[in-house]
Amino acid sequence: MANTPEELGYTKDHEWVRVSGEQATVGITDHAQQQLGDVVYVELPKVGERFESASPFGSVESVKAVSEIYMPLTGTVEEVNESLNDSPERVNTDPYGEGWMIRIKIENPGEVDGLLNSIEYEDYIKEEAAE
Amino acid sequence: MLKRTPLYDLHVSLGARMVDFVGWHMPVQYAGPIPEHMAVREAAGLFDVSHMGEIEVTGKAALELVQRVTTNDVSKLDDNQVQYSTLTNESGGVIDDLLVYRINAEYFLLIVNASNTDKDYEWIKGHNTAGSVVVHDTSGAWALLALQGPRSERILQDLSDRMLDRIPYYWSQWMQVDGVNCRVSRTGYTGEDGFEILCPADSARHLWNRLLVTGQDRGLVPCGLAARNTLRLEAAFRLHGNDMDETTTPLEAGLGWVVKLNKGDFVGREALARQKAEGLKRKLVGFEVLDRAPARDNYKVAVDGAEVGHVTSGSYAPFLKKNIGLAYLPTEHAAVGREISIIVRGRSVPARIVETPFYKRERKFD
Repeated sequence: MANTPEELGYTKDHEWVRVSGEQATVGITDHAQQQLGDVVYVELPKVGERFESASPFGSVESVKAVSEIYMPLTGTVEEVNESLNDSPERVNTDPYGEGWMIRIKIENPGEVDGLLNSIEYEDYIKEEAAE
Repeated sequence: MLKRTPLYDLHVSLGARMVDFVGWHMPVQYAGPIPEHMAVREAAGLFDVSHMGEIEVTGKAALELVQRVTTNDVSKLDDNQVQYSTLTNESGGVIDDLLVYRINAEYFLLIVNASNTDKDYEWIKGHNTAGSVVVHDTSGAWALLALQGPRSERILQDLSDRMLDRIPYYWSQWMQVDGVNCRVSRTGYTGEDGFEILCPADSARHLWNRLLVTGQDRGLVPCGLAARNTLRLEAAFRLHGNDMDETTTPLEAGLGWVVKLNKGDFVGREALARQKAEGLKRKLVGFEVLDRAPARDNYKVAVDGAEVGHVTSGSYAPFLKKNIGLAYLPTEHAAVGREISIIVRGRSVPARIVETPFYKRERKFD
């Protein structure tokens, strides 16, 4: 079973968000990393780049597949997890910790309310699996 | 409706992730492609490759028919010897690549790719004009297990009634494996020592389970198609449908060593002889990406900003820990050492043409 910490927000594209004031940290969920398998490469944006909510900001590659990663909230990239260049496997081993991907400055705090909570996200995973 | 091998239920119960592979429900991974890949390089892995096709050619003129439809020289084979070869059309294009087993002078067993089995069977039958030869597609009767990796021999020896160290690379034997009659060959698609075990379909579950239990202490793990693909790519084994098809010749694919133009006439000989005399306009090369981004199938290849080809197979290579791939390039750009660019999502990434295979094991046999 995938781990879905209660204090985080989630998207249907399987990103998680940790909101802290005006800043949000973003990564992919435990469920997403399990589906992908061994991550071998993470492509991330540069600091200062701005993305609309739901637009792709990078990609994560496993041995078998490339998946795009989508912006959970509109914002500007303030920090990028450079350690994933050398250790992309952190996305597998610690998706909510060392496997974080970017920190953004939130542009529209109202969007935070549109994120799924952990229970809604778990329900969504179950629905997806049932299809 | 997807086809299932006799081992389908066992894959599901082992927790494999199942995918549709050319119409077959196949395990793509169990523990994950990287640990499975490493197990085969360092210990052993067991693959279900029962989706592959078996075509049996029997009769007085069996040798003549196989000789006529394949590019390698079947007359060089002794009983029990195995040969890698290609099936080509009149233009020299690769219909399929295959293993030819000579069981005896009047009995040849061909092991072909799953996606091409029906096409190959019709093609071979279509060239069977002599009348004294029977061509059968017996794929349904057989299961095929591939036991691969440096510890394969010790694992299989525990269950076998023959001395496996007497079977050289690309030879085969009938033997009993845990009481089941099997055709066992020292062959494989991983670049490691190992065996392919052809057994009656209804014995496959028994053998699969026995092999996994017997090999457990030696690090044997079940492996899926993802690891099979990265292993074969490190060894630079071509994949039909990716690295060659009916529009490319074995010469272009770097398989000139299985094209024996002097063996007598065969389908495609004239076209291949002409291409050889005129020189190749393009060829399949191996490259290493000089960047962390993996090259993937169908990514474009550029030289000096101009598109010159595309990646036919590309992946992260788990044992080599590099990003590698194969691509067709015009001969003038195909020299080893040459720098090329791979276009990764709009970004030009540097790569270098290298010698293949990318990975070569230290051989105890041959």
